Amino acid sequence: MKLLQKKFDSVKHHFEKGGKWEKFHPIYEGHRTIFFAPDLVTAKKGTQIKDGNDLKRMMFTVIIALIPCLLFGMWNVGHQHYIATGIDATLLDKFLIGAIRTVPIILVSYGVGLGTEFVFCVVRQHPVEEGFLVSGLLIPLVMPPTIPLWQVGMATIFAVIIGKEVFGGTGMNILNVALLARAFLYFAYPSQISGDVWTYLGDTPVVDGFSGATILAYGAEAAANNTDMMQLVAGHWSAGMFDFWNMFMGIMPGSIGETSTLMCLIGAVILVATGVGSWKIILSVFVGAFAMGSLFNLTGGNSFLQMPAHYHLVIGGLAFGAVFMATDPVSAAHTELGKWIYGFLIGVLTVLIRVVNPAYPEGIMLAILFMNVFAPLIDFYVVEANKKRRLKRATV
Amino acid sequence: MSQTIKLNKGFTINLAGKAENKISETDHPETFAIKPAEFNHLTTAKMLVSEGDNVKAGTPIFFEKTMEDVVFCAPVSGEIAEIKRGEKRKVMEIRILADKQVEFEKSKAYSNSDLSNLDREALQDILTKGGVWPNIVQRPYGCVANPSDTPKSIFISAFDSNPQAPDYGFVFDGCEQYFQAGVNVLKKFTSGRVHLNTNLNGEVSPLFAKAENVEHNKISGLHPAGNVGVQIHHIDPVNKGDIVWTLAPQGVIEIGKLLLEGVYDTSKLVAVTGSQIENPSYVKTYTGACLNKLISGNVKEGDNRFISGNVLTGESVGEDGYLSFYHQQITVIPEGKYEELFGWITPTTKKLSFHKAFGLLSFLGGSNKEYVLDTNQHGEHRNFVVTGEFEKVLPMDILPNYLFKAILAEDFDDMEALGIYELVEEDVALCEFIDVSKHNLQEILREGIELIKHG
Repeated sequence: MKLLQKKFDSVKHHFEKGGKWEKFHPIYEGHRTIFFAPDLVTAKKGTQIKDGNDLKRMMFTVIIALIPCLLFGMWNVGHQHYIATGIDATLLDKFLIGAIRTVPIILVSYGVGLGTEFVFCVVRQHPVEEGFLVSGLLIPLVMPPTIPLWQVGMATIFAVIIGKEVFGGTGMNILNVALLARAFLYFAYPSQISGDVWTYLGDTPVVDGFSGATILAYGAEAAANNTDMMQLVAGHWSAGMFDFWNMFMGIMPGSIGETSTLMCLIGAVILVATGVGSWKIILSVFVGAFAMGSLFNLTGGNSFLQMPAHYHLVIGGLAFGAVFMATDPVSAAHTELGKWIYGFLIGVLTVLIRVVNPAYPEGIMLAILFMNVFAPLIDFYVVEANKKRRLKRATV
Repeated sequence: MSQTIKLNKGFTINLAGKAENKISETDHPETFAIKPAEFNHLTTAKMLVSEGDNVKAGTPIFFEKTMEDVVFCAPVSGEIAEIKRGEKRKVMEIRILADKQVEFEKSKAYSNSDLSNLDREALQDILTKGGVWPNIVQRPYGCVANPSDTPKSIFISAFDSNPQAPDYGFVFDGCEQYFQAGVNVLKKFTSGRVHLNTNLNGEVSPLFAKAENVEHNKISGLHPAGNVGVQIHHIDPVNKGDIVWTLAPQGVIEIGKLLLEGVYDTSKLVAVTGSQIENPSYVKTYTGACLNKLISGNVKEGDNRFISGNVLTGESVGEDGYLSFYHQQITVIPEGKYEELFGWITPTTKKLSFHKAFGLLSFLGGSNKEYVLDTNQHGEHRNFVVTGEFEKVLPMDILPNYLFKAILAEDFDDMEALGIYELVEEDVALCEFIDVSKHNLQEILREGIELIKHG
């Protein structure tokens, strides 16, 4: 510890006022505070002691909650690869090939994202903030395993600059940074993020009858052609892939980290137990999606509308979005009542977009971004209600 | 119409070094000081004495330009040693070299029956000239009350729920008649009631339990249940244009003593607390005492912080600093100026936290475990990120996040509409303690109050 402290101290004067790298002071501080919690003390007046928690620890808690999704995702990328190519493989093989696909995406996301942040920290002279610690891992997990790395880099730069830094950095953003990265790709390079991109195949030939379709694609197809969705699903080349419990486990093609509802729920337990994620939002997203799904079941129509409502909870990125994206405290509603409304509407909108709008089979991304924009409006009314209560009290 | 109020929000900070209920003998401090700056919104202190003058306890030493009737008096007898001035010759501190034995200015002593015959004007004259008036603090703004106002009610909190707070039952033992006289006097200043709020879950000393002429309310809950602002919010809230006065029991007792004995007697038992104190106990002294004699020989080795008041709302004054006018507690804790290797992620049970983020295990310790905390901030300042947490430690129907942002944006309408009139610094002290982004929220609130008062 002493050695490291000395090393930092020995270069410190370069970064201080008047030093030759004075401008890079935020980068120096940023690195030092990764190793050492800073020696800052409380102000002379006011609270003389402070809670042990800080933003670094909070963000790191989210990283820990993401680990089950990450590990399972790596395995699943490999697993999907081997069943699509018909090769028998061990757990380790599957995990390795998944890692070979996933780790570079993560490295690019962190590398490019932090690089962009550092540039802004130097230009704006603001400290390196922790927000990207989480965004940097969320971005790879919502990407398909086949995504070109340069696109990951582009999307990350876009998200960090347009999503966050233009507003003033962590805590100031309106939209969820990671989802913005994905939305950027969705509209800029649609062919690499929709269609048959969810299974990594490489150069290996596929088995007879293979199709990369997700259950949402079957749904969209059924809605468009007025065919029976469940029949199409039953005829999927890999039998049983789209059974409810299999989908709950997440053993199906999809974005790297978001296929498994079970892993998301483990993450949710970590977030809720540590108080980092709002259980109100998580629960209300699920409730909203189920309610909308049930409503469609009642109204009927095409076979996608009649898909059992509980299927909506385990397909696509709903669970991942509910647990890790919707709960982003900055872009979500800030009031407690607002959180219920915000989450519920995300669930409702997700299913609405999924089922009724065939152009975008995955609804959660757009639903969350949409509600990010509306969260301040929801809060506005909750806050107004609070003000009115105070006024009313005055006249009584 | 006594009320019982049960609060289910808050956070009690349980620290090592609570004062034992005994009085330690100490030397009489050599110097005392009164600091005009610690009374909020005192704009210009006009001096009535000069350096070298001899004063007695109760001799007026300055008055406030905007409230000429209210004089601030010397707490002890002695010689005016120094009048410290700051920018634009603003008076910062008036230091008194104290006599060994305190001599008092004598004014007329009243009997209880005489008191009941005095009207408000006469009483106001006695209180403002006698030095006890600054004990009356008004809400909104948390400043010394203006004698020309008539408050809609007066609040006295009969317990202190702050960390290591003095035990009111112990420190005010034997002051029953003064307290009662003080309450009787205060009653004449309000058109409404005098509320005396006791702790539903604690032992209520007879001083409070037997007090007459007051509304007895019972409050239960974690800290900040003892904060008078929280009690006002639930019993008789401050709306725009309303004025409520608040006093600590010590202030009520000083008023009682002035009337019954004819002296400005600020003698009080002060709790000497904190993990760096060898034998935490009580010492007897007067308002504005210099800390050093009161704690000498009782402080553990190390780099320490000497605080007038408690760890949530106090002020670091240094070993030779002075006890604030409103404080009845001295706290000494270790400074925390050190770097900690991976301190932001290492699991620990030693750091107290309201949160349960990864590795913060203090919630496993239960509420009986006593913590030793230093002044380390545990992280750097950041923008607001977390939502929904401040509300958990502020048992009022107020949205603190929005209020703080309104203050930072200097949005006067929002500040007013979001309830700034109801708050003073101590009410948001817990928010400041738990804030993940390490804002100095008490300072922010004070800036907001200044803005709204002075525009």
